Amino acid sequence: MGEAVPVERIDIARQREVVRRLREFLPAHAVLFEDEDTRPYECDGLTAYRRVPMVVALPETDEQVRRVLQACSALGVPVVPRGAGTGLSGGALPLADGVLLSMAKFMRALRVDPVARLAVVQPGVRNAAISDLVAPFGLYYAPDPSSQIACSIGGNVAENSGGVHCLKYGLTVHNVMRVRGYTVDGEPVDFGSEALDAPGYDLLALAIGSEGLLAVITEVTVKLLPKPQLARVVMASFDDVETAGKAVAAVIAAGIVPAGLEMMDKPATHAVEEFVHAGYDLEAAAILLCESDGTPEEVEGEITRVKQVLSDAGATRMTVSRDEAERLRFWSGRKAAFPAVGRISPDYYCMDGTIPRRRLGEVLRFIGEMEQKYGLRCPNVFHAGDGNLHPLILYDANDPGQLHRTEQFAREVLEKCVEVGGTITGEHGVGVEKIDQMCTQFGRAELEAFHAVKRAFDPAGLLNPGKAVPTLARCAEYRGMHVHGGQLPFPDLPRF
Amino acid sequence: MQAVLEAMAETVRAAAQGARPLRPRGGGSKDFYGNELAGEPLDTRAYAGLVNYEPSELVVTARCGTPLAELERALAANGQMLPFEPPHFAPGATLGGCVAAGLSGPRRASAGAVRDFVLGTRLLDGRGRLLAFGGEVMKNVAGYDVSRLLSGSLGTLGVILEVSLKVLPRPAAEMTLRLEAPQDKALEWMNHWAGKPLPISATCYLNGELSVRLSGAAAAVRAARETLGGEQLGDGEGFWATVREQTHPYFAPEAPLWRLSLPSSAAPTRLPGEELIEWGGALRWLASAGEARTIREAAQRAGGHATLFRARDKSPGAFTPLGPVHMKLQRELKAVFDPARIFNPGRLYPDL
Repeated sequence: MGEAVPVERIDIARQREVVRRLREFLPAHAVLFEDEDTRPYECDGLTAYRRVPMVVALPETDEQVRRVLQACSALGVPVVPRGAGTGLSGGALPLADGVLLSMAKFMRALRVDPVARLAVVQPGVRNAAISDLVAPFGLYYAPDPSSQIACSIGGNVAENSGGVHCLKYGLTVHNVMRVRGYTVDGEPVDFGSEALDAPGYDLLALAIGSEGLLAVITEVTVKLLPKPQLARVVMASFDDVETAGKAVAAVIAAGIVPAGLEMMDKPATHAVEEFVHAGYDLEAAAILLCESDGTPEEVEGEITRVKQVLSDAGATRMTVSRDEAERLRFWSGRKAAFPAVGRISPDYYCMDGTIPRRRLGEVLRFIGEMEQKYGLRCPNVFHAGDGNLHPLILYDANDPGQLHRTEQFAREVLEKCVEVGGTITGEHGVGVEKIDQMCTQFGRAELEAFHAVKRAFDPAGLLNPGKAVPTLARCAEYRGMHVHGGQLPFPDLPRF
Repeated sequence: MQAVLEAMAETVRAAAQGARPLRPRGGGSKDFYGNELAGEPLDTRAYAGLVNYEPSELVVTARCGTPLAELERALAANGQMLPFEPPHFAPGATLGGCVAAGLSGPRRASAGAVRDFVLGTRLLDGRGRLLAFGGEVMKNVAGYDVSRLLSGSLGTLGVILEVSLKVLPRPAAEMTLRLEAPQDKALEWMNHWAGKPLPISATCYLNGELSVRLSGAAAAVRAARETLGGEQLGDGEGFWATVREQTHPYFAPEAPLWRLSLPSSAAPTRLPGEELIEWGGALRWLASAGEARTIREAAQRAGGHATLFRARDKSPGAFTPLGPVHMKLQRELKAVFDPARIFNPGRLYPDL
């Protein structure tokens, strides 16, 4: 987490000027500036950070987006793009002197091509709506973040979102073929192609996960996959989290790539079970959900092997979903983990570090130590297949001491993730939230390169400024406070 | 290794100071690819070896000079593989060249491209600085994804020193089928099948014959064989190697070889010359002496692009020209990593 958000006042004269300019091409209802209208945009899914934007623009057409960007560029007004506002890193946190560019009205599916297996949609289309739309063709869009019923594909592109099926089916970057949109000065851009590659540097890969800092997209072409004929999930109990972690490694070592491989510890299953009654084993120290999909023959063979491996690895109990309803029920608990935890604590703070799987035991022990040190509870849900941890620190925001302790707790865990060879964010993005931890993960040269990449697209720094990449000054200050013994990450890496 | 690295960095810094072009080079197996070569070769082969390989993590990290064959042997010993099945094109091919060229083999349409499996890189940039991007974990959204940007950059942004790749288990069973069909029918089939849950891992169409490789669990391969029909090919592995390495007789003639990357469902191009189709219709090789402009325009009309892959005369430019906004962004990115323009000038585009 970053420092406290400074209180900033909106400059009323400036606001009037921007509103007048935007109204030249946007209808009155698409330009919001009264406090009661702009307040709903003050935060995204990371509610600990709030700021009311100077103006909210709600364009409906490509041309309007282009003109908003041109107008803001001409006036030197920063622009913060926003999708469905479900992001968990404050990537859509507004600026008090900026325009919040909501893409919420870009809700149309433009084209589905079942033969070429792709769909062209506007960025405001919800992730799950794409799969619903193409289901009649036996196709689906693979990445499935837990928020998929609410999050938009535009936001998924900005964050390179993952989900519970990444190990086998990849992230957003593996499932998007093309994006179209505008640079901050309103120049049209088109990255990728409906073919499998495009000439020149791969700007599509660079744009995906760029957290709205490089361009604003107005159209996304996604790859569709044939829906597997069958999916079944094995639910396995373990009496120790480290044993469960080793079981995960054993599954992979056996040459199995499960469609999904998730772990929840006991505090997480208890929180969830009360909320959704998924049928989890409440005695287990940890449970694993291991999904197999494919043809009935493939699934049967794989489930048999998975059960053998898990049993050899010390599973104390195993249940295999008998039908689709039961499979979905097993998953319902995992997908509802965050809201379930939200019910047992006034507030929770979700971390998103990724670690090499083999370091899981060590990191979980460390999290346990931090619970003691800071006096805060921390249930764990874990995308075990790809090493992505979501420890959830429970706290009460009304107690300022707790919020501060939560921040310290999270910082130590993320730095631990970097120390064991992982990363501070697997799929939620840096946003404003983890901007200081970027100083732990990257050295000066990389940060300079990131700023230079940003300038290549946005020389004036008007697109979502202050997010994703910390300034060098900020890092110098942060490192001065927090770096252990003056050590940079990768101490073995020569810095010329 | 430290000394090798220091020496390379020193060479780069001296070249940048003197504005002398360099071309990072491994085994030279892809020297033919791209526009005319310029600059003093910077041999990367001494910077070699596996840095980290933990099969249960499905990740391998190796230095750029590591021979691709050696890396693939290490993976095979653990029942794993590079999922994008990269072409070597010559015995000395290295990992660095493989990622810099960004070329994928027959499995591309089903598994993904080189860039899809690149998790992290270390780069020696045009100022002689060492930069580390990404890492060894599969999910990582900290910082811009420079590692994937480097894939296919043809060594124009710096020396790719080290690469971490996601790897996958080798399929339990594999079988190649051969069916007869005219081109339009074969394209229709390939697109239809790709929309069905079938374990197809490669396709190749040439002269009325469609070859289809099935990979996966033995039961799934058997079931798919029943669905698809056709004759089983004896030496499937050998056949796909000739396609991947372009040692198949199709690739022998002297005519310029074009690589057309098109939407898989694009209609037959009807361009003059011989075609070999891969990737379920998305990759169409064309051996043709036809006009470069005609071929490029046809590819663009179909929604793709055409690369002059192998030819004695590359004067039409190896790669499809980009529009002005796109080209400006590419120039700016080149300047981020190689401001003095010392790395492979002109090999990708005259401006880069």
